[in-house]
Amino acid sequence: MVQGFLILLFCQLLGECLVTWLAVSIPGSVVGMILLLVGLMIYKKVPDGLRSTSEGLLKILPLLLVPAGVGLMRYFGVLSAYWYQLLIILFVSTLVTMLVVAALLRLMSQEKHEEGH
Amino acid sequence: MHWSHFQTLPVLWLVVTLAVFLVASWFNARMGKTPFLHPVLVSLSLIIVVLLATETDYETYMLGGQYIHLLLGPAVVALAIPLYDNLATVKRLLIPLVVGCVSGAIVASVSAIMLGMWFGLSDQLLLTLAPKSVTSPIAIAIAEKIGGFPSLAAGLVLITGAIGCVIAPVVYRLLRIEDESVKGFVLGVGAHAMGTASAFEYGMVAGAFGGLAMGMTGAFTAFFLPILIPIIGL
Repeated sequence: MVQGFLILLFCQLLGECLVTWLAVSIPGSVVGMILLLVGLMIYKKVPDGLRSTSEGLLKILPLLLVPAGVGLMRYFGVLSAYWYQLLIILFVSTLVTMLVVAALLRLMSQEKHEEGH
Repeated sequence: MHWSHFQTLPVLWLVVTLAVFLVASWFNARMGKTPFLHPVLVSLSLIIVVLLATETDYETYMLGGQYIHLLLGPAVVALAIPLYDNLATVKRLLIPLVVGCVSGAIVASVSAIMLGMWFGLSDQLLLTLAPKSVTSPIAIAIAEKIGGFPSLAAGLVLITGAIGCVIAPVVYRLLRIEDESVKGFVLGVGAHAMGTASAFEYGMVAGAFGGLAMGMTGAFTAFFLPILIPIIGL
């Protein structure tokens, strides 16, 4: 478990260093995720310790979001002023996104079927 | 011991957060796992009520809460493992998956920003809306980086997730989607982790594609938004 945690933190550290060095506004943890993925592709398997630690962390991921979510209490002003605009935006944007992705995937799978025939 | 002292004990807020989360998870399971009573939404609402009732500010709460928040970083890195596990699928379906996730990520953030501009929202609010279809840990990190409100971004992401789970069946019916993998992928792109959780109800394949879509969309958005934002002048 310690080994798994070390790998995760080390990848995050590398990611943070890279984004600071390159002066880009990409989260260091996301770069760390890509670095770990590349590392696993080279190593060709997931070390046991890394798998158990990662699965443990991902299982409690919802809990990890709570403290940031509680910070919503600082935005009551914004929320009460714009709640219906925000709801409309989220609804319309999510609907359009899902329609576009579903339509594209359907189109591509149809083309594939036609090629096969 | 005085309340003012007790209130500043970090372990108090750790106990409160864990206890409330357990109760919220139990409650959600009892209510048939509806996305509108998602454990995270219920937990943060209950904790806010407790903080308001005890006149505790967010900074005091975070004396304890920061230790939980800290684990988000390694948890994002850990998302590489499910991605790696599905690598064979990614390689086999590389083009449709990349097209689906890239177009979904672009439509999701550009449509939210444009609607927000149309409503005349402030720049900071637009930057907060931009990562709304991305899984919360990545959305929080993106909002921190590009200058939005991270906590508000987390809240908007959760609401997006709930909306996505509810409208997904409508989208399938409109476009006559039967393929389980497409269903899962659409949910993962549009409604991140909550979509993925609900995709598992269609089957394991749908769930796997949901997780894949969530990871790919999150990573792509993190790289794409810092490029998009200067272009649209935010």
